[in-house]
Amino acid sequence: MNQSMKNHLKESLEQDVRVDGRTRHEHRDVDVETGVISTAEGSARVTAGDAELLAGVKIESREPYPDSPDEGSIMVNVELLSMSHKDFESGRPGIESIEPSRVIDRGLRESGAIDLKSLCIEEGETVLGISIDIVPLNYDGNIYGLGGLAALAAVKDLTMPAVDDNGNIDWDEEGDLDVDLAHDPLPVTVYKIDDLLLIDPTREEEQAADARLTVTTLDDERVCSLQKGGDAPISDDEFNEMIDLAFDTTESLRDNIDAI
Amino acid sequence: MTNSLRPDGRKPHEMRPIEADAGLIDQADGSARFKIGDTEAYASVYGPQELHPRHKQDPKQGKLRCEYNMLPFAGDGSRVRPGFSRRGEEISHVTTKALEPAVDLSEYPNAVVDVHIELTQTDAGSRCAGICAGSMALADAGIPMTDIVPAVSAGKIDDTIVVDLNGEEEHLGGNETPDLPVALIPRDETFSLMQLDGILTRDDLKECVETVKPALLDIAEKQQEALRSQYDTGVES
Repeated sequence: MNQSMKNHLKESLEQDVRVDGRTRHEHRDVDVETGVISTAEGSARVTAGDAELLAGVKIESREPYPDSPDEGSIMVNVELLSMSHKDFESGRPGIESIEPSRVIDRGLRESGAIDLKSLCIEEGETVLGISIDIVPLNYDGNIYGLGGLAALAAVKDLTMPAVDDNGNIDWDEEGDLDVDLAHDPLPVTVYKIDDLLLIDPTREEEQAADARLTVTTLDDERVCSLQKGGDAPISDDEFNEMIDLAFDTTESLRDNIDAI
Repeated sequence: MTNSLRPDGRKPHEMRPIEADAGLIDQADGSARFKIGDTEAYASVYGPQELHPRHKQDPKQGKLRCEYNMLPFAGDGSRVRPGFSRRGEEISHVTTKALEPAVDLSEYPNAVVDVHIELTQTDAGSRCAGICAGSMALADAGIPMTDIVPAVSAGKIDDTIVVDLNGEEEHLGGNETPDLPVALIPRDETFSLMQLDGILTRDDLKECVETVKPALLDIAEKQQEALRSQYDTGVES
């Protein structure tokens, strides 16, 4: 991003006006729709302003890892499609898609929301893996927050296919295994431009940001993962403010999740 | 002959329900969505822009580059692993060749026009849906075109030629149903995509091509309608 564009963004932010007319702490209107992909076992479409994302869940059976013979697994993958923005190129995923994949993954995993032992078909032989793929259709910023919301909504929409004792999956039959979420981990990223904090950035705003902090909150005032990103360091006062802002933001976003 | 030979109750020449719209990915220079039954393709166009590396540039005209991809959750059954696949490479190539005859890039030497096609869900006929969405996205991007490009498959179930096979029909009774995807340049009624999987007689082949033509023209109308409604200002010109 060039300096004059960045200066313009900063000057507007000081007046608490953003390019799309929002204030600094205002989220775009969010819409979450589930069951949108016929071929996925769980799916969600999230829109916020111009941003639109899909998340889809797939199930596979596999051999367990040697160090956890009675546990299944979850895997989150973000792919920044070249279809969704001119900045993204096809080919090997770069850090811009690997970091949100890992951060959203960690939030789900560390929350203990999914009981991995419930995904064991036969100890040491067969377990189930849950893959959650997140793709933007139209990319306009905030992949952590919107992607995390889509992932959680898609998992809540999950209907397990029937699995026999050998781990063979019958895709056309509904299974009796239920994946109940113990928590609803929701990541929110607070961005810092100069000494101003904002949430839910557009593409331009996130490119102008000096630092960011992703806070994955649970539904009970607890936090299960953090990720500090960007070039600039943050002070303890800023940290406290960012945590509070993250909680304030999740509070309104949770309405979208509770309805599923 | 009864009409019950198709599992979903369609008549032999009847396509699945179609949804088409343009201009939904506003980051792109042009975009479209084409859905036929449970198969859905999104396409976006970026360009014309300078082609890199430069030794691939053509000083006479711009280059069309299509990329077909199935999203990881778009397949019936297990997850589709992202990344390179021979199938994806081939479909990307034949898609480019299907769209090229309708596109005029002579005004854009050394440039490239990229068409990214993503399948969000599939139930057979995905390359055809991709071509339909791709040609609409090119038109939406304002790329000079001589025509829109519709595509759909023909096939044969029992003794009857049918149009637009779905996934279930592709594997009826444990047999591979012959499947012939076709793309049309409507202006001169020429075919820019033609592939066949399965066995058909010489006469069947000719009948397939004749049968699929009205369906293709029908699709072209729906594509144009979607583009018109995107740009309809309500003002009489």
